[in-house]
Amino acid sequence: MQALRFLTAGSVDDGKSTLIGRLLFDSQAILADQLDVLERRAAGNPVDLSLLTDGLEAEREQGITIDVAYRYFATKTRKFIIADAPGHEQYTRNMVTAAAGSDAAVVLVDITKLDLTQQDVPLLPQTRRHSLLAQLLRVPSIVFAINKIDAVDAPGEAFAKVRRALEAFARAAGLNVAATVPVSALRGDNVTQPLAAPWWNGPSLLQVLEGLPTTQERSDAPLSLPVQYVQKDAYQSEGAGFQPRVLWGRVAHGAVKVGDEVEVQPSRQRARVAALRRAAVEVDSGSAGQSLGLILDRQLDVSRGDWILSPGSAAPQTRFPATLAWLDTEPARAGRKYWVRHGNRWVQARITAIDSVLDIHSLQPLDAHELAVNAIGRVQMEVQHELPVEPFEFNRVGGALIVVDPASHRTSGALLVDAPVAEPAAEDW
Amino acid sequence: MNAAVKPEHLIQAVDNAHLDALEEEAIFILREVAASFERPALLFSGGKDSCVVLRLAEKAFKLRDPAHPSGYKGSLPFPLVHIDTGHNFPEVIGFRDQRVAEMQERLVVGHLEDSMARGTIRLAHPLESRNGHQTVTLLETIEEHRFDALIGGARRDEEKARAKERIFSHRDSFGQWQPKEQRPELWQLYNTRIRPGEHFRCFPISNWTELDVWLYIQREAIPLPPMYYAHERQVMRRKGLLVPLTEVTPALEGETVETVQVRFRTVGDMTCTCPVQSPAANAAEVVAETLTVTVSERGATRMDDRTSEASMEKRKKEGYF
Repeated sequence: MQALRFLTAGSVDDGKSTLIGRLLFDSQAILADQLDVLERRAAGNPVDLSLLTDGLEAEREQGITIDVAYRYFATKTRKFIIADAPGHEQYTRNMVTAAAGSDAAVVLVDITKLDLTQQDVPLLPQTRRHSLLAQLLRVPSIVFAINKIDAVDAPGEAFAKVRRALEAFARAAGLNVAATVPVSALRGDNVTQPLAAPWWNGPSLLQVLEGLPTTQERSDAPLSLPVQYVQKDAYQSEGAGFQPRVLWGRVAHGAVKVGDEVEVQPSRQRARVAALRRAAVEVDSGSAGQSLGLILDRQLDVSRGDWILSPGSAAPQTRFPATLAWLDTEPARAGRKYWVRHGNRWVQARITAIDSVLDIHSLQPLDAHELAVNAIGRVQMEVQHELPVEPFEFNRVGGALIVVDPASHRTSGALLVDAPVAEPAAEDW
Repeated sequence: MNAAVKPEHLIQAVDNAHLDALEEEAIFILREVAASFERPALLFSGGKDSCVVLRLAEKAFKLRDPAHPSGYKGSLPFPLVHIDTGHNFPEVIGFRDQRVAEMQERLVVGHLEDSMARGTIRLAHPLESRNGHQTVTLLETIEEHRFDALIGGARRDEEKARAKERIFSHRDSFGQWQPKEQRPELWQLYNTRIRPGEHFRCFPISNWTELDVWLYIQREAIPLPPMYYAHERQVMRRKGLLVPLTEVTPALEGETVETVQVRFRTVGDMTCTCPVQSPAANAAEVVAETLTVTVSERGATRMDDRTSEASMEKRKKEGYF
């Protein structure tokens, strides 16, 4: 079975590090010497499992997680890779980093921070932000873990209330919620062991995670392969009349086999696939997600950054609408030039207009002239060269770009290509 | 953190689908390095993690050929680099040279003793561990050869500071890691833009655990220095560790030298690498043992990492591997 990559997100003090510590501890991924260190630090008190994941000196001093950390554990049925994303608002960019490669998001909700006296319990801004980011980055499954369930009176009623609030929010935002489960990370209730409470007969968090699907790219679509690396080939030249090259790239979607006709973007030249390689051996065919080496039947001018596509399937563009998650302390401004990376190509780009910024409370687009750090907005992009962009919802590879500041070289934003505007505005956030 | 699993969990969790995905990711990263940088190099020490990375590089850039002494024909698009402390186990150096010769690749060796001769490294006493000093020689080697990317075999499960490192990890012009300035790493759109004098460290097996490494060594029949498997060795028992008797780690007063059946879980500088007691004589037996192990790889075998909980982070900031 494929490993499940999931991220954990929550506000400061929601008990996220404790939850991860609990998952590692209960699955025996914590070894004696590591536990030893914790026990020494605890000096007789109960062991603080959150210390397992606070890796950097700076955050041990501050007591908060400040960078994405990756953790590994396995159960009887599955290996898991946790991307531990910090909840502190100024580090939302790390949450975006964690979300970008994940199959699922576990969003922690600290039930003790909510006003349970109200009929409609208001959620914390971070819960909304993290859920929306996960949805924006198309993390396929979202799991709400309502934590510290041991610390409230009448936990069954409290859980039901918060679940109602989360469900209402999920409906309004169009979130794909795989499950909502109560947990106590501190005590270990319903994390890996079932919760012994009359009001709960649902699964534990781990049971939910064991059943979630991994992200699969589509093989039943036209071929799309961004050329990653061009290698001179010393072994195919005899009799070919030219020096063949191996065009390596990871198939974004579709499939390819020897003999297929393909088209190179942007040159639009066509050729047939003479041979295919994968990991040092010759193969007859390959499909989405695999890195393949194509040897074509004629000499074409192909370099890193080009795309190999099914003939006629490309619709390259220089202007497109996109959703921009801004990660840089220097705000995004219309008119400024940036570097963007699409597939394996770097091109110059400009934000021609900032249409709106998402208000995380009302879920409505608001007018904006710039995007500050951690803001998410709708923008119009213009790029220097035609790119075969596709909407992110159809193609995670062809629909994703990073924005890099040309002066600082910082990764300033995550850009997701939107479908061309056809839907009414009500479909917007 | 090692994914030590209960014995009853055993192999189902780590079947071929999972190893295939790790291999796919690692090969992608290796080709990305070759395509994105002008002067990359691969750190090869003869240790098991770098042996795995080397096999992945063969699979990324070569063609399988049973007639070739190494099993693969073709050449790598980068040289191999080793930082030799002068205190490496001789059998590891022998293995390194043999492997490089059969692959017909180029090996660049940075000698710690050259840095000592230049005066850029000064040991406090002649038998001081040279492990921490490797950083100086590494950075000098990078400057001398103007490498702009170094491929390493570090894994995120090894240590808490490493758990936070990016796959493409930026180093400033002093070779330093700035953990708070790490670039967000989104999808596989790596931001490899650098200024002259800066470089990257690239870690293709970031997402592998010690168990994954051993499963892959077993599956791919990857050659390793023999000291990774059970053998008889003279050791002293010191602070819960088995310290091997070597010319640089003599027995201390009052210690007795015993002959014990051991294997090494990591292989580094002789002054700070310890074996564990084990009868595991091949990769399959090491896999079985790894599944039931209760002490982390570094905890069991590295004297230097015990000094301070934050010692790895400190060394990484200074430019360590």
